[in-house]
Amino acid sequence: MTDVHTRIDNEVKSNDVVLFMKGTPQFPMCGFSGQVVQILDYLGVPYKGINVLEDQDIRQGIKDYSNWPTIPQLYVKGEFIGGCDITREMFQSGELQQLFATKGIPVRQSA
Amino acid sequence: MTLKEWIAEQLAVRFQPSVLSVEDESDRHIGHAGWREGGETHFRIDIVSEAFSGKSRVDRHRMVNEALAEAFSRGLHALAISARAPGE
Repeated sequence: MTDVHTRIDNEVKSNDVVLFMKGTPQFPMCGFSGQVVQILDYLGVPYKGINVLEDQDIRQGIKDYSNWPTIPQLYVKGEFIGGCDITREMFQSGELQQLFATKGIPVRQSA
Repeated sequence: MTLKEWIAEQLAVRFQPSVLSVEDESDRHIGHAGWREGGETHFRIDIVSEAFSGKSRVDRHRMVNEALAEAFSRGLHALAISARAPGE
């Protein structure tokens, strides 16, 4: 395992919900990352945002880690869920809320 | 051949889709990360193919991404993907 792989592994395994994104949850630097932030915020799910623009090793490393060529990338309990399109589709169909419930992650009741 | 045409051809050959649309949305991202003069950096793909039957969302996207892997090394920056099986 390379060093960056280990760092990513630690992040996704020590945080229930992790979003690798461009920018921060407060200031997304990309529309696709921003959409996922909006969904997570709407659901009231606690998550850790990791800004790949601040770390070139992570920016490339996360693509290799998941075999997924684009950012953002959402992880729940160490499992790769998808990027912006998949997260949005799952949110719209209710599958995302179901996933959080199954994994024991609290979601705002009104959502 | 433009990148858009190349993408459409790759997907047509690989998946024999019943529906396929490839839109270049690069001009909606002018000034954003990954954009460059001349466009062809941001695409939206809508594809329907039997190849996606029984596959998870992540698997479907991986199939499309893998078919287009060469494009990512040629400057493709972002792909919005809707990949469905017939009847979905």
